[in-house]
Amino acid sequence: MAAAVKRFLDSDLWWSFRRSPVTVASAIVAAICIIGAVLAPLIAPHNPFDLASLNLIDAFKPPIWTEEGAPEYLLGTDDQGRDVLSAIMYGARVSLLVGLSATIFATLLGVTLGLIAGYVGGAVDSLLMRICDIQLTLPSILVALLVDGVVRAAVPREVHDQIALFVVIFAIGISEWPKFARTVRGSTLVERNKEYVQAARVIGVPKVRIMASHVLPNVIGPVLVVATLNLGLAILSEATLSFLGVGVPPTQPSLGTLIRIGNDFLFSGEWWITIFPGIALIAMVLSVNLLGDWLRDALNPKLR
Amino acid sequence: MSNTAPLLQVRNLRVEFPTRRGTLVALDDVSFDISPGEVLGVVGESGAGKSMTGAAIIGLLEPPGRIAKGEILFDGKRIDNLRYEQMRRIRGKDIGAIFQDPLTTLNPLYTVGRQLVETMTTHLPIGPGEARKRAIGWLEMVGIPAAAQRIDSYPHEFSGGMRQRVVIALALCAEPRLIVADEPTTALDVSIQAQVIALLKTLAREKGTAMMLVTHDMGVIAETADRVAVMYAGRVAEIGPVREVVKHANHPYSVGLMASIPPLDRRVERLAQIDGAMPRLSAIPQGCAYNPRCPQVFDKCRVLRPDLINAGTTRAACWLFDTELADG
Amino acid sequence: MADATPMFEARDLARHFDVSRPLLQRLVAREGRRILRAVDGVSFAIPKGTTLSLVGESGCGKSTVARLSVGLYGPSAGSVTFDGRDLAEARAMADQRRRMQMIFQDPYASLNPRWRVADIIAEPIRAFGLMKTRAEQENRVAELLTQVGLSPLDGQKFPHEFSGGQRQRISIARALSSNPEFLVCDEPTSALDVSVQAQILNLMKELQQRLGLTYLFISHNLAVVRQVSDRIGVMYLGRLAELAPAEALFRTPRHPYTRALMEAIPDLDMTGRERIPVGGEVPSPITPPPGCSFHPRCPLANDRCKRERPELKVAGDALVACHAVEEGRDDAMPMPAIARAAA
Repeated sequence: MAAAVKRFLDSDLWWSFRRSPVTVASAIVAAICIIGAVLAPLIAPHNPFDLASLNLIDAFKPPIWTEEGAPEYLLGTDDQGRDVLSAIMYGARVSLLVGLSATIFATLLGVTLGLIAGYVGGAVDSLLMRICDIQLTLPSILVALLVDGVVRAAVPREVHDQIALFVVIFAIGISEWPKFARTVRGSTLVERNKEYVQAARVIGVPKVRIMASHVLPNVIGPVLVVATLNLGLAILSEATLSFLGVGVPPTQPSLGTLIRIGNDFLFSGEWWITIFPGIALIAMVLSVNLLGDWLRDALNPKLR
Repeated sequence: MSNTAPLLQVRNLRVEFPTRRGTLVALDDVSFDISPGEVLGVVGESGAGKSMTGAAIIGLLEPPGRIAKGEILFDGKRIDNLRYEQMRRIRGKDIGAIFQDPLTTLNPLYTVGRQLVETMTTHLPIGPGEARKRAIGWLEMVGIPAAAQRIDSYPHEFSGGMRQRVVIALALCAEPRLIVADEPTTALDVSIQAQVIALLKTLAREKGTAMMLVTHDMGVIAETADRVAVMYAGRVAEIGPVREVVKHANHPYSVGLMASIPPLDRRVERLAQIDGAMPRLSAIPQGCAYNPRCPQVFDKCRVLRPDLINAGTTRAACWLFDTELADG
Repeated sequence: MADATPMFEARDLARHFDVSRPLLQRLVAREGRRILRAVDGVSFAIPKGTTLSLVGESGCGKSTVARLSVGLYGPSAGSVTFDGRDLAEARAMADQRRRMQMIFQDPYASLNPRWRVADIIAEPIRAFGLMKTRAEQENRVAELLTQVGLSPLDGQKFPHEFSGGQRQRISIARALSSNPEFLVCDEPTSALDVSVQAQILNLMKELQQRLGLTYLFISHNLAVVRQVSDRIGVMYLGRLAELAPAEALFRTPRHPYTRALMEAIPDLDMTGRERIPVGGEVPSPITPPPGCSFHPRCPLANDRCKRERPELKVAGDALVACHAVEEGRDDAMPMPAIARAAA
């Protein structure tokens, strides 16, 4: 373990990371967002879901540095008297959960199908790639809306509220997999013809094992990059869906939900209810994307 | 080769690659001359620095590589310190380059005729009409059948061998005085290779073009070059007339290298081989870089690096030929 | 050669590739299917413990034969037998598949960059379940590494830590790990420097003597082929032009293409010699010329050569596919300098 850490600290990846101040800054911002979100129940100053602690007298308190600010609400409160900072932390938790799950789902699906398309080739490849093409012509938010709409129509309301989170994850994941499939298929086509794969075929290693143990480790690099960039996109998609009111249920507000709720008060002067969740969303997505950009460049030997 | 002033002079050339783990010395103390009409063959194992020497001369070292010491003189003038634009002009006009992969040199979007004509009108005082006439002439000269029809074809419409000949025509059409050819025939089959070599030889003889021919194919060197430089680990191990180096090499590395070539005229039970491998740039041993593999190594080789020393018919960087001990 | 069954035999072996453009484009351009006849009727046998080499220029189909002979491709026509069994049948049985292995050209692409060398070498051992315990496997890997001239400690390294020649040694160790009897070597030294090439060729000869291996050796380099082969097949456009014992081929090359090829090779002893290039280029295997496919470049071609495809026929020690040789017209083409020097 210690050796692995030492090897990492000595690696080109760590070196190129340390050399780029923007990347280090992004990593710090991303780390703050993630820690704040994950540890929200432990470190958030208030529990915005504890209805008993909410007091309507505290509603619409502006941030602490304004004249009417209340000392216990750093970023002010919303119309229900909920602490905006705590709501952001809990909201980021939902956003991150949905974004990560959707990305993992899309990665698993895309990598598997891309690997099969690239390695098996022929009609299977054509079929899978045409599906990708068709799906890529539709904006992913439209696909997600469609999936959500179908599920809403298919299941009763109370059931839908229970599974809404999974529906959103599925809807975003299903709209993002073609990117992964294409990336993996491209690299697989290259790797499949390399001689180490042929050497495995000569001794009769089964297809599935060749794909899993030979091809997969060699095509996974670009996938990491796509996944990182996609994480930001998935978080945004979720926010968009929630902003449109078709995402996660209002009982578990995500950053998108918070922005939508706050949006109603933007023109009546209570700007902080929507601006701060917005800033949090931007910080999270931007830092993750910048990390993805760096990863792409660092893993590309041509740019090194 | 002594009566003409050298066209190209490389003096103590040192090329470095700064990396995060320290500076790698890719070429060190490389010196040689090429006279007009002369073909200098540069041989050695991959990684010995032969291609990099060529790249340094034509000013196309891949960054972060840089010339750290020494100078390169073309026709008596330094060219190693020129700016990119100035060097580009020289590269088109005075120095032609031929690379192993013809696709990197040809622009796939233009017909070969247009590329030839543009090269000529840029560098020679002739108009497009004359240039086109000459372009057809060049294509015929490199052995492209029906040149007058094929001049308007695109690079992808030629086969690999034909394309390499187009590249050669392109390198020659501005009538450069020096050609740097890096593995010009390696991608070609033997039958085509022979045609290309014959063409290059004719040019050197008839037009007095100087040529630096980088290749790992000793057979090509043997029949084309006048002199040969054997490189090892970024240095010139031996340099001398082709017959001497190929048949009676002095440096133990050249001896081993020549002996390991499988003979075509007989079968041998066991080929002569040099054990081990050339050191990496990051781990070049002290003293002579060849000392760990050298069958004739002695104490001095492990400590001090030999410079090129007169070794009778050739010059070799080897302490075996050091006469100072005897003299002093 | 007490055992009469050859290790490997190909009969009228052919492999065609469909290189047509997609259907829609074909319809638009009104063109038919384009079939590349990479290998077009090749027959040869390799007795146990011997080496047969196939030489030829790029595109002659020699690498396709290599891939056909270990089952990486299936034949379009003809048959391949491995130790008396049909190849497809043999490949379906693990204990037969174990007996054949392949060594590839590119030492940089033939080892999985993400695997440790020990795992690479042990892959066939695991795939065939040859060793039960891990300790046995490790011992065997160490033994193989030593056998190919590397250190047992090298097993823990990754391929990128080795030079081209060392990687080719690792490839050989992997191929040997299943105790094969038949090795298909596809240009095993052409990506290597000559000093390293000598090391690898010596190693391969040594292993053949020690382990009684049978080699199918593919190369474009006649000098290399001369050093390793018992018999040599010269290929041109998917067919065998000449098949002869190694020494006979170099002493009296019979097919005009073989002669031209030998004349075109540069040789160290010939500084200052003018080589005689073979005129023209290898035609496209998609549209091969009718009759003998070498006729557009052949100095001996006549009308019959343009019409009728020659079959391999006995000529002295050799099998030659040439009308001119059959009719005794081949004296018109001089023997290459190499053969003259030998005689």
